[in-house]
Amino acid sequence: MSDQQSDDAPQDPAEDAPEAPDAPEETAAAPEPAEPAPAVLPEHEGWLAALAADLGDDIVEAVSNHGDLVVRVKREAWHRAAEVARTRLGCEYLSFISAIDWLPRPDPPNWDPDAPSAPVQPKEMTFGAAGGEGRFQVFACVESTDDVTQVILKTDVNEQNPSVASWTDVFPGADWHERECWEMYGIEFEGHPHLRHLYLPAEFEGNPGRKDFPLLSRETKPWPGLVDVELMPGSDEEPAEEASA
Amino acid sequence: MSMTEERQRAYIGKHLAEAQINVELHHEDMVLNIGPQHPATHGTLRVVVKLDGERVVAADPVIGYMHRGYEKIVEYRSYPQVTTLINRIDWLSSFANEVPFIHAAEQIMGIEAPPRAQYIRTVLTELSRIATFIVFLGDMGAQVGAVTPVFYAFRDREHVLNLIEAATGGRFHPNFNRIGGLKDDLPSGWITETRRVMGKVFESCDTFENLLQGNEIFHVRTKGIGIIPADIGKGYGVSGSNLRASGVDWDLRRDGAPYLAYPEVDFKVWTHPGGDSFSRYWVRLQETREAARIVLDLLDRLPAGPVMAKVPRIIKVPAGESWVRVENPLGEMGYYVISKGATGPFRVKIRSASFSNVSILPWVLKGVYVPDLITILASLYFILGDIDR
Repeated sequence: MSDQQSDDAPQDPAEDAPEAPDAPEETAAAPEPAEPAPAVLPEHEGWLAALAADLGDDIVEAVSNHGDLVVRVKREAWHRAAEVARTRLGCEYLSFISAIDWLPRPDPPNWDPDAPSAPVQPKEMTFGAAGGEGRFQVFACVESTDDVTQVILKTDVNEQNPSVASWTDVFPGADWHERECWEMYGIEFEGHPHLRHLYLPAEFEGNPGRKDFPLLSRETKPWPGLVDVELMPGSDEEPAEEASA
Repeated sequence: MSMTEERQRAYIGKHLAEAQINVELHHEDMVLNIGPQHPATHGTLRVVVKLDGERVVAADPVIGYMHRGYEKIVEYRSYPQVTTLINRIDWLSSFANEVPFIHAAEQIMGIEAPPRAQYIRTVLTELSRIATFIVFLGDMGAQVGAVTPVFYAFRDREHVLNLIEAATGGRFHPNFNRIGGLKDDLPSGWITETRRVMGKVFESCDTFENLLQGNEIFHVRTKGIGIIPADIGKGYGVSGSNLRASGVDWDLRRDGAPYLAYPEVDFKVWTHPGGDSFSRYWVRLQETREAARIVLDLLDRLPAGPVMAKVPRIIKVPAGESWVRVENPLGEMGYYVISKGATGPFRVKIRSASFSNVSILPWVLKGVYVPDLITILASLYFILGDIDR
């Protein structure tokens, strides 16, 4: 399949080329800036261009989100994205690496969705800034301390066998972040020297960060959130009942 | 018989002597377990060190004794309930912990706290910084054998904690921030009292400076010890005063995305080129004074007005995500808040400063002597709750 697609890909631009007056090299790059251009702030364009110069098509999506540049790259380009950010943008400072599980959380058994303070989350899977695909996403923030350039990099990983390249050879500090990510979300980091538990005991089984890993205290006892609703000053509703449990 | 008895004896004797020397020289590396209960660790950090004599060959910090899983628990809480938890991350500067989370939620909601609330938040954040650093200054002395500063530290910190308690109601866990502002305005007489206490802070900084820097032992024990080069520090994500002590002129209060009232304050960012334990101590000492100056400056210009913006009674944060990082006393602290339009966050990534600051230990402890290990731990200054979250 993939071979067929790659065979098709060069043909389409070749057909378009006579119509479009642009140089044929730009046809590959043209859809790239066209999509993120309105989403990216002017001050981020330079950084994105620097990343795109090396990563090219591996950048899936890029947006400016509340003043931060968020770039989603292909999983295969995850390691190269770190190298490019470090060398091209001077992002030598590693802020964090972590993961997101986009699966909507299954409700605990005695969860009361009508309780006003119970945070009911939507049941369909939606994605955040720069989009997503599949359940797990690894994201990281790197930064240049000289000109305070900050880039948040994201990549989608396979749900069945989540794995992504390790950054430990680019940023030594990635070691602990990846160990944490591995134990909490079960994401393998290929090339990590020694993935072992960081917080949890060595014999712990499961990945507590995942949405389908139950929070035991909420399983055994419903959240007494109703009690904790804070009344605004002056409101004369009944004083909160004391938790009976 | 090629060997006479005499030569034979000499031969055996020589080999025996060599064997004996070998026995004396050859020894197994000793594995020493420091912690989890050790005064230098501010909680329960355990460092397993492999020793060759007095020298550390390898060090492996074992963390997680205080892991409370805030990132998971927070997903089951509503937004106003989250601050109760997160000000227990770095319990010495808990007010400062609340600020970035509240700021992230406000950013997604598109609301902004009124200027007076911003100023009061800044003042209280700087007070937390002073309280944290005073403990550091005392503790730093204690770890090199100077016990006196500890007592002064806890005495002087109490003045600052009293201020925080008077304003917020909590010495350690204020839980004073609300989305859209603050719970209350400042009590009457607080500003005058704060000005008076800031004078005391300058005095106690001088005391610590005299007690520590006036002592030759302190210099010997800290200078040239535990050097962190800037590029190594950055790679490990070391931030805050620890990175500024390696000569990196980077302070999120000045350089990062504008937050609180910092863009309106003119303050000096202190750096030191040394990168050693002494530099880290020195930078924090100067930053304590600078924080007191910021407080005095802000109190002079405290704007009038409400401390709470108009927010709905039940807070629902629209779908979106926001990454807010600020300069906390211990370094860069950030919250990546992802909301899906519910009353509670969908996912919160907590980037705490100490976690990254401590992750450099295996690198920096290699080759140091055991007594220096304690000094380095103290000078990096971490709070266990901030490592384990």
